[in-house]
Amino acid sequence: MMRRSGESKLLPGAIGDAESRAAMTMVEKIIARAAGLNSVKPGQMVTAKVDLAFAHDSSGPRRWRPMLEELGVGLWDPDKVVIVSDHYVPAVDAETAEILRVTREFVRDYGVRNFFDMVGISHLLLPDHGLIRPGAFIAGGDSHTPTAGAFGTYAAGYGATDMAGIVATGETWLQCPETVRVILNGRLRRGISAKDVMLRLCKTLGLDNAFRAIEYAGTAVEAMGMPERMVLANMAAELGAETGVVAPDDVTFAYLRERGRPVEDEVAALALASDPDAVFAATHVFDASELAPQIAAPHSPANTFDVGELAGQKIDQAYIGACVGAKIEDLRMAATVLKGRKVAPGVRLLVAPASSKTTALAAADGTLSVLMEAGATLMPSGCGACAGYGAGVLAQGEVCISSTNRNFQGRMGSSGAKVFLGSPYSVAAAAVVGAISDPRELLEQEAA
Amino acid sequence: MGRAFVFGDNVDTDLLAPGAYMKSSARELASHCLEALDPSFPSSVRQGDLVVAGANFGMGSSREQAAVSLKLLGVSAVLATSFARIFFRNAINLGVPAVVFRQAAEISPGDQLQIRLEEGALDNLTTGKTYELEPLPRHIMAMIRDGGLLPHLKRRLAAPESDDE
Ligand code: SF4
Repeated sequence: MMRRSGESKLLPGAIGDAESRAAMTMVEKIIARAAGLNSVKPGQMVTAKVDLAFAHDSSGPRRWRPMLEELGVGLWDPDKVVIVSDHYVPAVDAETAEILRVTREFVRDYGVRNFFDMVGISHLLLPDHGLIRPGAFIAGGDSHTPTAGAFGTYAAGYGATDMAGIVATGETWLQCPETVRVILNGRLRRGISAKDVMLRLCKTLGLDNAFRAIEYAGTAVEAMGMPERMVLANMAAELGAETGVVAPDDVTFAYLRERGRPVEDEVAALALASDPDAVFAATHVFDASELAPQIAAPHSPANTFDVGELAGQKIDQAYIGACVGAKIEDLRMAATVLKGRKVAPGVRLLVAPASSKTTALAAADGTLSVLMEAGATLMPSGCGACAGYGAGVLAQGEVCISSTNRNFQGRMGSSGAKVFLGSPYSVAAAAVVGAISDPRELLEQEAA
Repeated sequence: MGRAFVFGDNVDTDLLAPGAYMKSSARELASHCLEALDPSFPSSVRQGDLVVAGANFGMGSSREQAAVSLKLLGVSAVLATSFARIFFRNAINLGVPAVVFRQAAEISPGDQLQIRLEEGALDNLTTGKTYELEPLPRHIMAMIRDGGLLPHLKRRLAAPESDDE
């Protein structure tokens, strides 16, 4: 097979290899290629070359710089390093302003060209700029790095020292994880989203899947667009998994093509899919058609119930935000519930779109006016209150329902606050009713 | 040798390094480490003490401050029945041994523990019991011996051909 320059190097070599080597899962194929090996097995220790490394204002430059200076080196390849200021944006005090200043200074001094300053959350910006390429080995200074796995990449999160080592050398060690396969058959019903799937999986698979990768497949996954697949991959982090992957297909290719960065070799990208006789650590099969809206109660995403079991729980705040829950598609989900309705008295609805482009799209298609007319407060694009870094945090004793991905104690402000997690539909429904309630009831009323 | 501070399952990074203090200095952040579970922990833990916990220790975010805080408080090792991957790597990168220890439930708060990493053993001096520990892979031991990833890389960058051993 002809090899083109550039990204086809990200994809496994000649297809003919397949016959001579052992069957592998998608994650094993990606790791093998990055490690320069013909094949790898779970448990095998390898050194992998990193294709893309990124970090944000909290985990990146402010931590990297002293370490790189101590090592006396620059970035191994400034063109493969992406920096996103999304955690402390916009600055609210002198300390956060300083963190952002240090970040800008680093970008300038170290020659980083891909820098996104206060325009949105990394996990959405990278794919939206076509920077996530099927088959890539991606290291991110953030635990939700697996989001990129929706495009058929190995994408894992690393701490600051690990990342400093990676951006200094372009490589890292890993023990090849075993792969757990999750098959979603059927089709999600109206008012149910990938978020509900993930909250349910947190309950059934638990949060302790360390040193494992999750591969999502099945008709419900095939039917999802990239934004929903990104939710599946994003919350592999909540499962404790190393990464979460979906095999590239026409949906993947169309997404990247629309962003002006088409996949050059689609045949090779399709060949990333797990071999039919690949060995999985476990396979879990679910029927997506049976799923009801899911709500995670404090203080764990695994503490999940069907919405009916928690209905009536009063809330003070409803929050639509985060990489996982504030893309344009999420805002539209909320808008279908909020259209022509008002936020309940005494409840505040905060909306922090995942990127500036998301806000622009929402303004253009009318979604934003639906939200604002319902009484929402529009927040800056960024991580905001999700991790308690930005505006919108909670006081002692307050109750919030949030479209974010984790609700650990003390994450969103006071350690005496309670955070429930739900889909954008469920968050919008709770905002209207003033208490947790089944979004399908509001969606049906609207239809009637 | 140090005393055991014992915690349960799923100790997350928001408990280890609460978001509200993430922009503060490392010392300030460390002074809130695990306070939501045990308000006296940050003030009573001393150099050499050990943290013993259940499953999935360090789950959650990638914030290395979770491990930095334990290191600054003087914690000499974390023993847990299992670890979240990023925390495990972070701790080792900082030279804080994170060791899988299946019998964590047999340790009581305040027990005097001595960890012998190279031999792969743990002594509970309070009960007189000795445990075998799961060995760490060779290159991880090499990193811990060097004092963490940074000193390890420094040595390797200075002498690229030198072997890890
Ligand atoms: S939005 Fe929340 S989960 Fe996503 S990257 Fe930001 S802090 Fe992390």
